[in-house]
Amino acid sequence: MARKITNNRKIINTAAAWGIGLLIFFPILWTILTSFKTEATAIADPPVFLFFDWTMENYSVVQERSNYGRFLWNSIFIAGGSTILGIIVAIPAAWSMAFVPSKRTKDILLWMLSTKMLPAVGVLYPIYLLFIKFGLLDSVLGLTIVLMLINLPIIVWMLYTYFREIPGEILEASRMDGASLKSEILYVLTPMAVPGIASTLLLNFILAWNEAFWTLNLTAAKAAPLTAFIASYSSPEGLFYAKLSAASTMAIAPILVLGWFSQKQLVRGLTFGAVK
Amino acid sequence: MLSKKLLCLSSAVAMTVATSALADTLTIATVNNGDMIRMQGLTDDFTKKTGHTVEWVTLEENVLRQRVTTDITTKGGAFDIMTIGMYETPIWGKNGWLVPLNDLSAEYNVGDILPAMSGGLSHDGTLFAAPFYGESSMIMYRTDLMKAAGLEMPDAPSWSFIAKAARAMTDRDKEINGVCLRGKAGWGEGGAFITAMSNSFGARWFDENWNAQFDTREWSDTLNFYVNMMNDSGPPGFSTNGFNENLSLFQQGKCGMWIDATVAASFVTNPKDSTVADKVGFALAPDNGMGVRSNWLWAWALAIPAGTQKEAAAKQFIEWATSTSYIELVASKEGWANVPPGARASLYENPNYKAVPFAQKTLDSILSADPNNSTVDPSPYVGIQFAAIPEFAGIATEVSQEFSAAYAGQQTVAEALAKAQALTNDAMEAAGYR
Repeated sequence: MARKITNNRKIINTAAAWGIGLLIFFPILWTILTSFKTEATAIADPPVFLFFDWTMENYSVVQERSNYGRFLWNSIFIAGGSTILGIIVAIPAAWSMAFVPSKRTKDILLWMLSTKMLPAVGVLYPIYLLFIKFGLLDSVLGLTIVLMLINLPIIVWMLYTYFREIPGEILEASRMDGASLKSEILYVLTPMAVPGIASTLLLNFILAWNEAFWTLNLTAAKAAPLTAFIASYSSPEGLFYAKLSAASTMAIAPILVLGWFSQKQLVRGLTFGAVK
Repeated sequence: MLSKKLLCLSSAVAMTVATSALADTLTIATVNNGDMIRMQGLTDDFTKKTGHTVEWVTLEENVLRQRVTTDITTKGGAFDIMTIGMYETPIWGKNGWLVPLNDLSAEYNVGDILPAMSGGLSHDGTLFAAPFYGESSMIMYRTDLMKAAGLEMPDAPSWSFIAKAARAMTDRDKEINGVCLRGKAGWGEGGAFITAMSNSFGARWFDENWNAQFDTREWSDTLNFYVNMMNDSGPPGFSTNGFNENLSLFQQGKCGMWIDATVAASFVTNPKDSTVADKVGFALAPDNGMGVRSNWLWAWALAIPAGTQKEAAAKQFIEWATSTSYIELVASKEGWANVPPGARASLYENPNYKAVPFAQKTLDSILSADPNNSTVDPSPYVGIQFAAIPEFAGIATEVSQEFSAAYAGQQTVAEALAKAQALTNDAMEAAGYR
């Protein structure tokens, strides 16, 4: 019998959830607020929360100094491209691991995940030299490939988990009806796994959007995404916190909006299979 | 008539094609400092004069260092010009990674570059980077608080005077700290300050055989003096304060004295950002009666990586950006207080610039810094707040982390020095110096 949850308990749970949510959101809120302050107000001690002279000056300075549109387009292309490319590669891989596992499938999955434990800087020079050799330095294509490879273990793992929840008998039935392997994956498996694929897409898009190490190290002027845009406003010799906050707000705004509109799919995908 | 029109049209097309064939697009990596941002805003002047266009890659200092180091060591060719400092230039020049700047035009007047700057940006007498702006360090102090404490700042004070003045100016109830100094870990942050300070106490990083010297009395004196003074008169949490944190404190009127980069003078005297803009005085960095002051020397300079396909255009840009006419351009648009300082001798002869309150002290500080003789006892390295060897950045970052832990009270000064001694000797042995 389900345990009855009292009203008091509900109120406490709700308050705790809001409290934790606000705590997590506070740095973002502070960044947004700082972006509307003058540089002098941004460093004021004690800090000013809401009651200050709001200004759009930082946004106009950032717009004037940087080609925001180009950074944004690069981010969309790199994050979107690497995610789609990753899904195309990962679906067949996850299918084989979920439905026709071998003795070593678990080992392969763990090995794939272990590549995420390697410090990125450890392979910077080999990757950089490869990029020079293939003319991929400062190119959107090069970054798309690298980010796809970096996020591939997570994509495969997530899809593998979702595919495992789908009864293998359904796929067997499609085979009995004469479906080819391609048809089985495209017309039977994929439609059933749409929620899982959608949440994988979203999560990896966010990961690729926020990736800073490779995007800073493999780009210069042409392919630099929004992470480089933010980095260009950070300075150890000069107080530019308000402008840095304006640049950060502009960089996170698109992904915040995307996250807000797709939160249902994200939560559904992330909790898929968690409750039996 | 028609043939004349055709002739004119074809000439115009030919000229356009010729100009665009000669014009290059330069990719320049730089830092997000005020002077660099100003330069980016004035790039149109360069394009108008030469036809070349510029694409800027602006990065935070440490990211920039990592980024350009990766590119130059792999000959990646991502940049045509790099903004580098006095630490990298002689090392990279020695390795053949930079284009020598020994054929700049007569009009550019290389001889006008301050000798301390050209010396620090050369290897074996060859200039490898042109200084965009140079800096030393000096004391910036509150004239009103000094007066209220009944003291007068000498032009060239000693450390004992600074400690005495700091204690006299400290007023914890009013949140006024007598002295604000860097304590943040990082070879270019707190590491730079304590190394420059240690020079004036007779300490050095290495003896002539590259043995670490942190087990000497001079280093112990330096660190104990710093920790005692900062505990008595420094701001809370000084172990995590760097340039920006102290600038913020000073601008809000919470520091009696601040010893830091000379470029900060234009920030603290700018009434738009500083609440104490009209109450700031300047003095040379302190000494300890041993013949060496505690000021450093640094330049942000423009260099061309070897292998760039646009060497000629890159040299044109460097000549434009580090010339006297560029200084005049900035002065005409932003005023003399905002011109890039510390690079050219002629700037300090200019009557307009002489009227800037911190100009003379900046020049005096730069002229009193000698990277070739930075320590009381002889040392095998060049550099004041650093030793110009490739291994230094890594070692000094670790050493400064140990020092910061001592400032924060997480370990004693003696423990920090013992660890610094061991890790430095280990690293130097591994690198083959010992």
